[in-house]
Amino acid sequence: MGMTIAEKIIARAAGVPEVKAGEIHTVTLDRMMSNDGTTHLTIDMYHNKLRHPHIADPSKVVFIVDHNIPAENPKTAAVHKKMRDFARENGIAMYEGKGVCHQLMVENYVCPGELIFGADSHTCSYGALGAFGTGVGCTDFLYGMVTGGSWVMVPETLRFNLHGKLREGVYPRDLILTIIGDIGANGANYKCMEFAGDGAHGLSVNDRFVLCNLAVEAGAKTGIVEPDEKVKEYVESRGRKAEHLFTSDPDAKFLKVYDYDLDKIEPVVACPDFVDNITPLRELPHVDIDEAFLGSCNNGRIDELRVAASILKGRKVKDCVRFIVSPASNEVYLQALREGIIDTLLEAGAMVMNANCSVCWGSCQGVIGENEVLVSTGTRNFKGRAGHKTSKVYLASAAVVTASAVAGYITGPESL
Amino acid sequence: MAQFTGKVWLLGDDIDTDIIIPTEYLALPTVDDMKQYAFSPLRPELAGQIRPGDIIVAGKNFGCGSSREQAPEIIKHLGVACVIAKSYARIFFRNAINNGLLLIECPLHDDLQEGEEITVFPGEKILAGGKSYPISPLPQNLLDILEAGGLVKAMQKRNGLL
Repeated sequence: MGMTIAEKIIARAAGVPEVKAGEIHTVTLDRMMSNDGTTHLTIDMYHNKLRHPHIADPSKVVFIVDHNIPAENPKTAAVHKKMRDFARENGIAMYEGKGVCHQLMVENYVCPGELIFGADSHTCSYGALGAFGTGVGCTDFLYGMVTGGSWVMVPETLRFNLHGKLREGVYPRDLILTIIGDIGANGANYKCMEFAGDGAHGLSVNDRFVLCNLAVEAGAKTGIVEPDEKVKEYVESRGRKAEHLFTSDPDAKFLKVYDYDLDKIEPVVACPDFVDNITPLRELPHVDIDEAFLGSCNNGRIDELRVAASILKGRKVKDCVRFIVSPASNEVYLQALREGIIDTLLEAGAMVMNANCSVCWGSCQGVIGENEVLVSTGTRNFKGRAGHKTSKVYLASAAVVTASAVAGYITGPESL
Repeated sequence: MAQFTGKVWLLGDDIDTDIIIPTEYLALPTVDDMKQYAFSPLRPELAGQIRPGDIIVAGKNFGCGSSREQAPEIIKHLGVACVIAKSYARIFFRNAINNGLLLIECPLHDDLQEGEEITVFPGEKILAGGKSYPISPLPQNLLDILEAGGLVKAMQKRNGLL
């Protein structure tokens, strides 16, 4: 019986020739990432609950401070210090203020075919490079860090065959939000979302990141785009090896197969308070905004910053709107500086922040107040996600977010 | 696991981790400091009303969203005996078991009134409003973790590895 990409990755990590969906396997983890959202809890458990504290292989562990950076109060400063001290004592790689954790992992570590645990729900992003990344809590992370392994249930796979190309002005973010709207916020619960077809291979690594990153918003364990030459090129250009470009066998068993014609996708908005509450932009009633945010692990990369700059050139952010931009990493930030993008953003009146999670997670920067409305390229629009419990978050593409910042209400660039 | 009876609090579909514990309270020093804010965006009074032994009954996709483990920990610290939902988000499911919080999958939500008392026979059935609802037992490896009081304790018991 053939295997899916997810099955092949788990079989490799379990050291067995074959696995099937539904089986539970003990696996060796290729890599582990934890950020300042919960690492302090892991460290506390490590010191207080273990009889024999040790780390199986520090070279496989990465700590990244990205949720509250720079620290905004003594409590988060203490969290960062705890991470810094622990990383130094145990020889763990530590990144502070260099970018959003998933962006840094893709830029610096992830290899195709790897099984990676991250103490963050959007670890599913690593499928952009054909890896199996999945989010876990701090106890699972601790167990992985100490033993080098864990257990996983092999997920069933939902296969998404993508055909053709997105029209101009339509982005991968519109595609994945459309898919989540179609299958629902638990439509892929416990499952792997596998993307393939000529439409998937036509997407850049940047665009694949956007798709895989939001897989968890449909409940998925991970999202993986079938890796190809583009992945190999990306990984090798960064001095890493692309040894395991797994694809699903022709006779692999998929729970369900979906077909999407990319040229039929249109700009959409996820309305409050659920990511699957999708409305086509053209049907959205008039919604005034107080704040617009471009950034997060989903959408703060160079492609999106270029889109924003092209819309803002010669225009101004509306007086009553705060437009906050946070590049996904310093590498992205430097590239944007070189291209003059940052000049364009600042001249238009945007606030450009350091590379971090920023507005997306409702702490640190750009928190919204009572009854305020945010349009965002962030990952979630849950009730109170970005600030006060009466505030509202709409999710849209970088183009819609930027155009809305100029207009003062949610709209696309063509109406400016 | 012995049978138990508890009072029901009803919550709807897609109860996400930002509702269970909003981001702004995650920096508080302990889970006991955080627990008064549980479910506050939805029902600010609820955390103060839940008594040890009560049962939360919810709709589909309970615990969707973030991997923050404070979410199941807080529910456990409020003394909730178990959560019964139509379905769970997977990271929350793992985190709950790892922290010794019993989760039961059962479509009970639409048949109940808040405040009702129900009796749970773990791995077997739930008695509610004169009706019996069958439930399936958790796989043995998860049950071992749950009964030991969480993953760390289970592993200490099993092989002293941790």
